[in-house]
Amino acid sequence: MPLPSSDSSGLPPPASRLSPPAGGSADIALRCENLHRYLGQGEGRVHVLRGVSFEARRGNVTAIVGPSGCGKSTTLYLLGLLDQPDDGSIWIRDQLMSNSSDLDRTAARGEHIGFVFQFHFLMQEFSALDNVMMPMRKLGQLTEEEMAARAASLLSDVGLGDKTHRLATQLSGGEQQRVAIARALANQPAIILADEPTGNLDAKNSGIVFDLLTRLAKENGQAVVLVTHNPDIANRCDEIKPMRDGQFVT
Amino acid sequence: MSTNLRIALRFLTARKRSMLMSLSGIVFGVGFFIVTQAQTSGFEEFFVKTILGTNGAIRIEDKIQATMFPMIATGAHFESKFEVAAAREARKYVEGVEEPDVMMDALRRFRNVSGVSIVVEGSVVADSSFKNDTAKVYGIRLDDHLAVSDLAAQVSRGSGSLENFRTTPQGVLMGQELANRLQLVVGDSLILRAGTEQRRYRLAGIYASGVRDIDRVRIFMHLGEARSLLKKTTGASFIQVALFDRNRAPQDAEQMEQVLKHGAQSWQEREVSWLEAFHALQISAALTVSTIILISGLGMFNTLAMIVIEKTKEIAILRSMGYTRQDIARIFIWLGTIVLVLGTMGGWALGASVTYGVSKYPIHLRGIFSADNFQVHWSIWHYVVGTLSAAVVVMTAAIIPARRAARLEPGDIIRGTSQ
Repeated sequence: MPLPSSDSSGLPPPASRLSPPAGGSADIALRCENLHRYLGQGEGRVHVLRGVSFEARRGNVTAIVGPSGCGKSTTLYLLGLLDQPDDGSIWIRDQLMSNSSDLDRTAARGEHIGFVFQFHFLMQEFSALDNVMMPMRKLGQLTEEEMAARAASLLSDVGLGDKTHRLATQLSGGEQQRVAIARALANQPAIILADEPTGNLDAKNSGIVFDLLTRLAKENGQAVVLVTHNPDIANRCDEIKPMRDGQFVT
Repeated sequence: MSTNLRIALRFLTARKRSMLMSLSGIVFGVGFFIVTQAQTSGFEEFFVKTILGTNGAIRIEDKIQATMFPMIATGAHFESKFEVAAAREARKYVEGVEEPDVMMDALRRFRNVSGVSIVVEGSVVADSSFKNDTAKVYGIRLDDHLAVSDLAAQVSRGSGSLENFRTTPQGVLMGQELANRLQLVVGDSLILRAGTEQRRYRLAGIYASGVRDIDRVRIFMHLGEARSLLKKTTGASFIQVALFDRNRAPQDAEQMEQVLKHGAQSWQEREVSWLEAFHALQISAALTVSTIILISGLGMFNTLAMIVIEKTKEIAILRSMGYTRQDIARIFIWLGTIVLVLGTMGGWALGASVTYGVSKYPIHLRGIFSADNFQVHWSIWHYVVGTLSAAVVVMTAAIIPARRAARLEPGDIIRGTSQ
C-alpha cells in the first residue's frame, strides 16, 4: 500500500508525527500516540479519549478492559481506522494512517486489519464460506479456487469444516462468531481487532472462541487487541490495558 | 462475476415483495409504452399509406406565373438591382397544368420519382335509376395511375375488376359509398352530366379506399373520355406523383416547384393537421404510460432506501473489510441495474406479445381509412425509447440511496450512532 500523502493543511506537522515510532522494529504491528476523540455536538460533546498511547506487537494478545463508556471501543475503532481521531497519530506497520485519506484507510483495513465484532456482523444472505471469502475477494490476490480453498481451510481450523455451505442464519451464535474469526484471518492481516468477541456467547463458547482467536493469531504472528468485560478472558491475555475516563491507567 | 454484483444479487432478495412490485411496475411500464407506441404509430402509418395510395406523395397543380421581375438599372459608374421575384405578391397561380406530357417527362427525371399520372378533374352529376348525386370525375390513364396509387387493391376490396374497366371505353370506377347511395352494382349503367354534356357509362368496378370523402365522390374514367365529357381537351387538373422515398417529399416538392414553376404540394403539407393530431396522440400516450414507469421508480427508490437502512451493519462490515465507498455505491447501482435489465426485458416480452395480440384483434374502422383489425407498427425505436425512459427513472431512483449508503461511516454504524 502506498504511503499516505502528507498533510495538505499547510500547518507544521505535529510533534508526534515527526518522531519515529518508538521501537519501530518489525514486531510492532500497530502503534498510536496521544489519541484524542470527541463525540457528540454542542453541549452534548464529550471528550471520550484523552491522550491514549499504545502499541501492539505481533504474536501478542492485548486486552483493553474497563467500565462501559470509558472509551475502549472508541479506541478500537480508531486503531482499526473505522473512525478518525481529533488529535494524535496512528501507525500501522510503520505507516502513519491517522490523517490519511478515506481510500488509504480503507485499503489498509482490507490488507492489514481483521475485525471481530460482538454481534458477529455476518452477511446473512451468504454462506459461511462466502462470508470468509468476502475480504479475499476485495483484496483480489487469489484466484477463486485459491480463495475457496483458503476459506474452507480457515473454517476447518475454527471447527466448521462441515458447515461451510450453511447460510449465516443457519448457524448458532458461537458458530457465527467462529465464522467471523475465520473471516478476520482471511487476508492474513497483521492486526486482529476484536470488540467483545465473546460478549454475546455463553461461557463454553466464549472459551472456544477466545482459544481459537489467540491460537490462530499466535500461529500466524498477528497482533490481537481485544476489548472485553470478561475478567477470565482478560486474564488469559499476554497484556491487560485497563482504561478509565478515556485514558489507560496502570 | 464481480463481488459487488454478487452482493447486489443477494441484497435483491432482502425485500422480495417490494422488489417484485417495482420490477412489475417497470415490466408493465415498458410493456405498455411499447404497445401504445406500436398502436398510435401503427394507425399513423396506415393513414399515411392510405393517403399515399389515394392522393399520391406529391401533387403538381397550378402554374406559378411571375408578375414582377428583377429590375436592373445600369449607368456609367453604378449598377443597382431590385430583387422582387421571391416575394409572395410577385407570383400568381394559374389553375391546372397546361402541358402535362412535357411536365411528366420532366418529373420522371427526378431521381426519387417512381410514378407520374395525369389527372383531369371535374364536377358532374351522376344519375342512376334510383336517384342522382353530385360527384367528381377523375380522368386517368389506368396504368399510369396504378403506378401512383393503390387503386388495384382498392378495387379488389370492392367489386368488379380493373380488366373490365380497361377493356370498356365507357366504363367507370366508382367509390363504394357513392355506388351505395345510387344503389348501383357492377354492370349497371348510369348517366353523368357535366354542364350541357350528358353521357351514359357502365359501372366496371367499385373501389373501396376506406376514406369516406373519397369513396363518396370520386369516379375514375379513361382520360380521353373525361376530356370529352368535361370539355377539357388539353392540359390537366393536376399530376399525381409517387416517390421511392416518401419522407423526402417536402424537399422534392420544393425542388419541383422551383424547376417546373408549378405549385407542388407534398403529402406532409397536405395532411399536416391529421399528422399533427397523430403526433400529439403519440406523445400523449407516451406521457400517460410513462407515469407507470415513474411510479415504479418511486417504489424502487423507496425499496432501495429501505434496504440501505436495513443493511447498515452489512455496509459497515464491508467497509471494515476494505470495501470502498465506491464499492458500496456500486452495489446499490447494481441493484437498480438488475431491476432495470429484468424489468425492460420483461417489458419487451410483454410489449411484443400484447402488440402481436392487439394486431389480431378485429375492429371495423371506416372514415379516414379502412381497417378490419388494430393497426400496429413494429419499430425498434419503441423498445429503445421505452428502455431509456425506464433507465432514467430507475437509475435516478438507485443513485440517491446509493450515495446515501456510500456516505455512511462504519465507525458510527458499529457504535450505533449513524444517522
